[in-house]
Amino acid sequence: MSTTSTDAMPRWRRMVPGRRGTGRKSGVGPGRLVHLFVVPALAVYALFVLYPVILTLYNSFFEFQGMQRGEWTGLGNFTALLTTPPLDERVVNALVNNIKIFVFSFVLQCVVGFVVAALLYQHRRGREIFKAAYFLPRLLSLIVIGFLWQMILSPNMGALNQLLEGMGLGWLAQNWLGSPSTALYSVIFVEGWYRLGFSILVFLAAMQAIPRQVFEAARLDGASGLRVLWHFMFPLTRPAWMILTVLTFISSFEMFDLVYAMQGVTGSPFYSSDTLALLFYRLAFGGEGGAAAIGLGSALALMLIVGMALVSGLMVFFFTRKRVDL
Amino acid sequence: MATTSVTGAERDTERRMRQQRHIERRRRFPALISYAVLVLFAIIEMYPIFLMLANSLRSDLDILSNPLGLPTQPQFGNYVEIWERSNFPSYFMNSVYVTGVGLLVLLLISSMAAFYLARFDFRWNKALLMVFLLGLTLPLKLAVVPLFMLMQSLDLLDTRNGLLLVLVAERLSFAIFVLYGFFITMPREVEEAAMVDGANVWQVYWRVVMPMMRPALATVAIVSIVSMWNEFFFPLVFIRSDELRTIPLGMLTIVGEFSTEWALLFAGLTLSSVPMIIAFVILARQFMEGLTEGIR
Repeated sequence: MSTTSTDAMPRWRRMVPGRRGTGRKSGVGPGRLVHLFVVPALAVYALFVLYPVILTLYNSFFEFQGMQRGEWTGLGNFTALLTTPPLDERVVNALVNNIKIFVFSFVLQCVVGFVVAALLYQHRRGREIFKAAYFLPRLLSLIVIGFLWQMILSPNMGALNQLLEGMGLGWLAQNWLGSPSTALYSVIFVEGWYRLGFSILVFLAAMQAIPRQVFEAARLDGASGLRVLWHFMFPLTRPAWMILTVLTFISSFEMFDLVYAMQGVTGSPFYSSDTLALLFYRLAFGGEGGAAAIGLGSALALMLIVGMALVSGLMVFFFTRKRVDL
Repeated sequence: MATTSVTGAERDTERRMRQQRHIERRRRFPALISYAVLVLFAIIEMYPIFLMLANSLRSDLDILSNPLGLPTQPQFGNYVEIWERSNFPSYFMNSVYVTGVGLLVLLLISSMAAFYLARFDFRWNKALLMVFLLGLTLPLKLAVVPLFMLMQSLDLLDTRNGLLLVLVAERLSFAIFVLYGFFITMPREVEEAAMVDGANVWQVYWRVVMPMMRPALATVAIVSIVSMWNEFFFPLVFIRSDELRTIPLGMLTIVGEFSTEWALLFAGLTLSSVPMIIAFVILARQFMEGLTEGIR
């Protein structure tokens, strides 16, 4: 017993091949079996993540006939996607929509979230209840939320228009999801409604991590609330701004579930709330793009993967370039 | 000399107190406004959910005549009706199965992998870790076409287990990231002591490491439960049969079928959200901490 246990201890260390030079031990039962720890995860990951992603990137350079991969076309899919009507218009339209989604989502989720978090930071009473109330929507499915808001925003019997009329603001009531001028913004609003609580919590946690002395010192120096906000709160929550901006960017450009539920697979009306993710889905499964669709879809996927990685990287670079230390 | 410094200090504290009082007075009014803003946002966030709950207990006629009213005579029959007239029971069981089994598989294989990556010093471990973490930035949804063909050739299309595997794969990088991060902050001594006492690696993993990992496992579990329960895209692509649909996908069928019966729709939406709402009411703090920690 004692011999095996003293042996067990160095074996733990020795499980590293190459470190002892001699390499494999004889009777390596546990020594080799130890790789079984990583094999299941690696197999699932390689098969269901790496392989499809790599193949997607690869496919974007080939012609497709239905599901059949044909000839190498170089950048053919990319030029076809960006120059063949009506696809080119759809791509530009969806891209512009995605940019709008990001810009307005940034305001709704990050800027408003920061302000609400700053207010919440000042009040201890009821803070937990407020936090829970803001956060609850985040747990629901975006499909459920989409359908729920579809009913709330419906033109005749919807709660919002009824509410507006009840408040004497009947002239504001309209067909929120049915008219091209408001459809996209309605979806953006619902998306913000869904994610706001998350931003508030992240900002609040960042603010609570700032040492109290900073604020006390600022107060004693007679700094006003707004100046404290601008000179301390704002720069000292920089990492939270970075995370939330990147996350908002990614979720804006991956936007699918909510638009699908509220506006259907073409982003009705008249593609006014179409997004790149919806367009990608239609290319892959929805009959848009004809027989060559798989190649076109893969090209779009590649541009999205690379573009999102690049912009996220730039954002991280921008946010970490200027460091604020206490 | 001594006296002047004391009076100086006194004068200083007095000035500070005066300043403090002045600030307090100035802050009382804004405090009211900021409370009002906080309450307003709470109403905006909660009212739609309240509306869903309230309308799920009313009749169609009642909802149409007054969309903002409250249930006067609660119609619990709506729940019974949607449960019996739609495929909701199967949707529900499918969601429970996919989320439950998926979570167990995810926790098991990701903790094993994280244990391997953090506790053994094979020369390929660093590279392997990087490969796993690469998945954090890859949007798997955009790779759905080859994934679809793969599932087809593996005969996994339109099966719950196939769906479950994809959902596990999609969350693997995140789980390994969280668990590995937790591992490297923990001392190896306990595990080494267990080895000295004659335990083999598997026993160390199962009896010593897993219990110590509980906080990190809880974070992964919470984030994954919420996202797996609500997953829509992959069920949409991989599941054909109505009786194999999970709740979010099943809602498409329900909304199509009962588009004019709003009371039933509200009841269906409520039923599909209730498990998460109940879990949140019980574990609000864990959910909020888990989901915000999960991103870092």
